[in-house]
Amino acid sequence: MKKSVIFGALTVAGLAAGAAAAGTLDDVKARGKLNCGVTTGLVGFAAPDANGEWKGFDVAVCRAVAAGVLGDATAVEFVPTTGKTRFTALASGEIDMLARNTTWTFSRDVDLKFDFVGVNYYDGQGFMVPKDLGVSSAKDLDGATVCIQTGTTTELNLADFFRANNISYEPVPIETNAEAQQQYLAGACDVYTTDASGLAATRATFEDPAGHTLLPEIISKEPLGPLVRHGDSEWGDVVRWTLNALITAEELGVSSANVGEMAASTNNPEIARLLGTEGTLGEMLGLDADWAKRAIETQGNYGEIFAKNIGEETPIGLARGLNSQWTDGGLLYSPPFR
Amino acid sequence: MSDTHAQSVAFVRDTAIPPSPAPANAAGPVKWMRDNLFATWANALLTVAAIYVIFLVLSATLPWIFGGLWTTSSLAECREVLQGRSAACFSVLTDRWNQLLFGFKYPVDLYWRPTVAFVLLFVAAAPVLFFDLPRKLLIVTALYPFIAYYLIWGGTIWAPLFALAGFGVGYYVYSHLVHRSFAIGFFGGIAAAIIAWVVGSYLTGALASETPFLEAVPSRDMGGFMLNMMLGVTCVSLSLPIGIALALGRQSSMPLIKWICVVFIEFIRGVPLITLLFVANVMLAYFFPPGSGVDLFLRVVIMITMFSSAYIAEVIRGGLAALPKGQYEAADSLGLDYPQAMRLIILPQALKISIPGIVNIAVGLFKDTTLVSVISMFDLVGMIRGPILASTDWNGVYWELLGFAALLFFVVCYGISQYSQWLERRLATDHR
Repeated sequence: MKKSVIFGALTVAGLAAGAAAAGTLDDVKARGKLNCGVTTGLVGFAAPDANGEWKGFDVAVCRAVAAGVLGDATAVEFVPTTGKTRFTALASGEIDMLARNTTWTFSRDVDLKFDFVGVNYYDGQGFMVPKDLGVSSAKDLDGATVCIQTGTTTELNLADFFRANNISYEPVPIETNAEAQQQYLAGACDVYTTDASGLAATRATFEDPAGHTLLPEIISKEPLGPLVRHGDSEWGDVVRWTLNALITAEELGVSSANVGEMAASTNNPEIARLLGTEGTLGEMLGLDADWAKRAIETQGNYGEIFAKNIGEETPIGLARGLNSQWTDGGLLYSPPFR
Repeated sequence: MSDTHAQSVAFVRDTAIPPSPAPANAAGPVKWMRDNLFATWANALLTVAAIYVIFLVLSATLPWIFGGLWTTSSLAECREVLQGRSAACFSVLTDRWNQLLFGFKYPVDLYWRPTVAFVLLFVAAAPVLFFDLPRKLLIVTALYPFIAYYLIWGGTIWAPLFALAGFGVGYYVYSHLVHRSFAIGFFGGIAAAIIAWVVGSYLTGALASETPFLEAVPSRDMGGFMLNMMLGVTCVSLSLPIGIALALGRQSSMPLIKWICVVFIEFIRGVPLITLLFVANVMLAYFFPPGSGVDLFLRVVIMITMFSSAYIAEVIRGGLAALPKGQYEAADSLGLDYPQAMRLIILPQALKISIPGIVNIAVGLFKDTTLVSVISMFDLVGMIRGPILASTDWNGVYWELLGFAALLFFVVCYGISQYSQWLERRLATDHR
């Protein structure tokens, strides 16, 4: 009896999950809210402010999608996830999309059955050293003690890098970023290594940020981007092209300030297609013509989002680097809106 | 003979000398210090060393605390004002106190509701904790869960009313059937309550107005210390009766009941709490259809209650085992049936023996509620580790925030522990 109940529940759950996977876009529209998975808090990328409003680089992607789909950038239910709960939350349908600085890797894409719709931040593992150590390249770090978070890919990358360059190091295993910060400042290690954006954010909290430098070497690829479930390509397209719209907007010089004016009076056919004054791109996605315009209007283009949350004017102070437009020598390259 | 000294002694004292005060070094604080602090050389050395250590600690912490800043708006500003001086930046507490206490999504203008519920908690707990108070106050205690639910979650008033009505119906049926047999009364009562709840849930749906008097707040908007208190109070008060039932069930002579209880207790005790929480958060989401899943708060309450009731059951089983067999036999010889014997003779003694153990579990459980931060619920620790430390303003403030959390938890846990000591003294009927 009990068994049959459990199996029955499993069947119902399976059917319902299958049904939900079929039309996330319709679900979101019917619900009137986008369930977006974010981190429980990462400086610059996603954190609620003193008024409880979520702010950050990843949060802007969620809001842009909500603005495009629902016409309201605030119609987002932010579901905080940890590194351990993020994938199950997405797979079980608790969230519609995940924008939680998640690295796009083969096994996550293929084995865990997710679709990464693009990259919104190209990160990589870097090194931070105190200035008075007098080191200007990671290759000079022979014999250094290195603070490293255990059980992460950064640990493996570190070993690979030092072996490839035939130099030695002494690892100081630590558990969390907060602990690393204390250890590093207390001088327990010469070098701290983790993702470059994390290093910059950590350095920004130091009493004397100028006393520490990030070395130029980036020793791993960490493309971070939003992802959705396998098997619902329509919804994947919506998220993918919303992200592309933000990137394209920067490339074409469309910003939150001039988007209204551009939509009314542009002569550039691609801008016209992007903003929905020409062609039927929105309709093809199952949205209205103004979807991209609303996303850009409320959140700004990619460059504005970057500058507002993690750019050089903020305490985090990340340079654009790899995250520049391809026209500026970066990797951001959106397929054309046509 | 009596005259012998009449000429040689000029004066004979005929009154007693008034007692003079003890010498300065044999009374008062000096004596106390000589006895307790400087009794021997080794003792004196240890005292001096201890005073030196205390001085070191205080001289480092007191200026840090009293020199602390309360009014800046970010850590960077704190550092600017301090100019390299070492002092606390308590501004994070004044800036984010509401998030630490209520979470970051609970509507600000509704803070009075959980606050009132918190104050009422003391009124409701008082008659349970201090049994010298008038017994009529227990009515408040019985009503408190429904009042607190209504205050904290808001929404339609019919939901808590019908929940209360279900209990009323259940009790009514129980009291009319119990004279036939306890089992009939018990299961009849449960069945009647369930029917009442099912009917009530339909009626609630029909009666609920669009604009309830108290605005509804979903449980995922709750956080901060409020969440810890809610989880702690709910789970402790639920797990105590369940734990008693499990402990009695484990001693039952009916094999089915006995083995269900044994398997439940042993299984739950063999699994870490954090695993159960992951199950609550992650696994259960797979079993419910998306969107209709049971509230995360409820899932977590169920898991923590299961966990602590298994432990409390074992503590109470210890108390039951400590009773001499004669007590059971005495109850039997009086002709008491099982519920009467348990209620009147066995449990009062067994529970008294179990108090320290139960309090131990309660304190541990209360602190364990911070584990929910791992499954992305924003309790006090979750708020600190997540949103506050991840804000650009306050990233890097550790001591002040975690010290504040420690202070809150210490106050509650020390209070529980003091109460249990009072209770043990109050219940001491032996001649130790």
